[in-house]
Amino acid sequence: MATEAHEAAAGAAGHSAGMPQLDTSTWGNQITWLLVALVVIYLVLRFVALPRIGAVLADRSSTITNDLAAAEELKQKALAAEKAYLAALDKARAEAGKIAAETKAEIQAELDKEIAKADVQIAAKSAESEGRIAEIRAGALEAVTEVAKDTAKELVSALGGKADARSITAAVTAKVKG
Amino acid sequence: MTDVAETGFAIHPMDQFIVKRFFCDAAHADCTTNIEWYEITNVTVWMAATVLAIVALMVFGSRGRAIIPSRIQSVGEMIYGFIYKMVEDVTGHDGVKYFPYVMTLFLFILFANLLGLIPGSFTTTSHVAVTVTLALMVFLGVTLLGLAKNGLGFLGMFWVSSAPLALRPVLAVIEVISYFVRPVSHSIRLAGNLMAGHAVMKVFAGFASMAVISPVAVGAVTAIYGLELLVAVVQAYVFTILTCVYLKDAVGGAHH
Amino acid sequence: MVELALMGKYIGAGLAAIGLGGAGIGVGNIAGNFLAGALRNPSAAASQTANLFVGIAFAEALGIFSFLIALLLMFAV
Repeated sequence: MATEAHEAAAGAAGHSAGMPQLDTSTWGNQITWLLVALVVIYLVLRFVALPRIGAVLADRSSTITNDLAAAEELKQKALAAEKAYLAALDKARAEAGKIAAETKAEIQAELDKEIAKADVQIAAKSAESEGRIAEIRAGALEAVTEVAKDTAKELVSALGGKADARSITAAVTAKVKG
Repeated sequence: MTDVAETGFAIHPMDQFIVKRFFCDAAHADCTTNIEWYEITNVTVWMAATVLAIVALMVFGSRGRAIIPSRIQSVGEMIYGFIYKMVEDVTGHDGVKYFPYVMTLFLFILFANLLGLIPGSFTTTSHVAVTVTLALMVFLGVTLLGLAKNGLGFLGMFWVSSAPLALRPVLAVIEVISYFVRPVSHSIRLAGNLMAGHAVMKVFAGFASMAVISPVAVGAVTAIYGLELLVAVVQAYVFTILTCVYLKDAVGGAHH
Repeated sequence: MVELALMGKYIGAGLAAIGLGGAGIGVGNIAGNFLAGALRNPSAAASQTANLFVGIAFAEALGIFSFLIALLLMFAV
């Protein structure tokens, strides 16, 4: 047929004609080595690689799950701690308020007492002062009466009258009192 | 491609897919014919590299078993979580026990695709033999599992009970055909995408030898490389999610 | 005869590759409609990305079939 001449020419050109894929003489060799390769790959994958990778993936997902759970737990703990902190803060604030109020009340009481004491002292002082003033006033009145009596006696005698001590005293006393 | 060779420059986009003995000097020996099933070929080497890359990521990367993962460990965990969620969402709770199998398929295809993008490397998943084996494993596994779990009730998924009675036999034929086309599309999609992407890259790389268009060609190779990175991941994802969808038929009972 | 067969082979491969255009249209249609729906109801978009990719995969598979035919014509026939 036509292919014979073609193949002869191809052989002369240094390469075999036709598709190497259709050269059935090499099929046995190819299929043998293919099966060997596939069996080796299958065994390696089936018994070494895939269980290992599968285990690693499962491990990782469980680690992630655990870590997430732990993180959630820690978050809850943090929230609880915050709550406790806030409660403690509130309590401390209330305590501080109470102490402040107490102190204030104490100070007020002290102050009231001191004020009362000061008032008493002031009252005593002013009463004493008033007594003294009254005394001085009384003293002054007496002196005025004395001076008026003397002055009146002198005036009466200067005018030529006879000074009656008793009546003059009575008149001056009445005038001064009036 | 021979007539291209006559014009002065040759692009051999399919040469990168040739299976050859690994410990073999092409100058002195024939490295491509009569390869026995046990011989160490470039397929063997790049599949071993795939296995080593997976072990490095999934076993070595997670050796610390750290709660706070290192970068490599978190990449492994991301892939684990991604595929686990996919299996759980698509197949339901009953499908979770097939998770290691789905994970095997996903990691193998993903790393084979990505390692295939290293310049000069060999893309094991661009070979129909490999992808058909992968797809047939899923197809046979799902079919046998469905029959074992649901008995003949598994065949009820071909009998569309929501359709009018007269249409049901026709629909049953279509459903059966589409069921058996599954492994074909499942495998050809993966191999085709990778083969096409790598071949296109090779073609553009070949254009780079022409001075006039080489800047365009180099830019195109770069752009297609980015696209191929996307394709490599998306095709691994698509293969896996289709596996889950097929698995749902088996574990989730007959659908309607 | 050999020349003619070669010619037919390449023409056939080119024709088969047209099928990829259909896959491109299909994938673009799915992605565009997904985007339109996602913009209308962004909250539901994330849960539907799996369906998006499955749909794209199915649409693309058919294009890949035609690409496969092209490759078979180019290299295997």
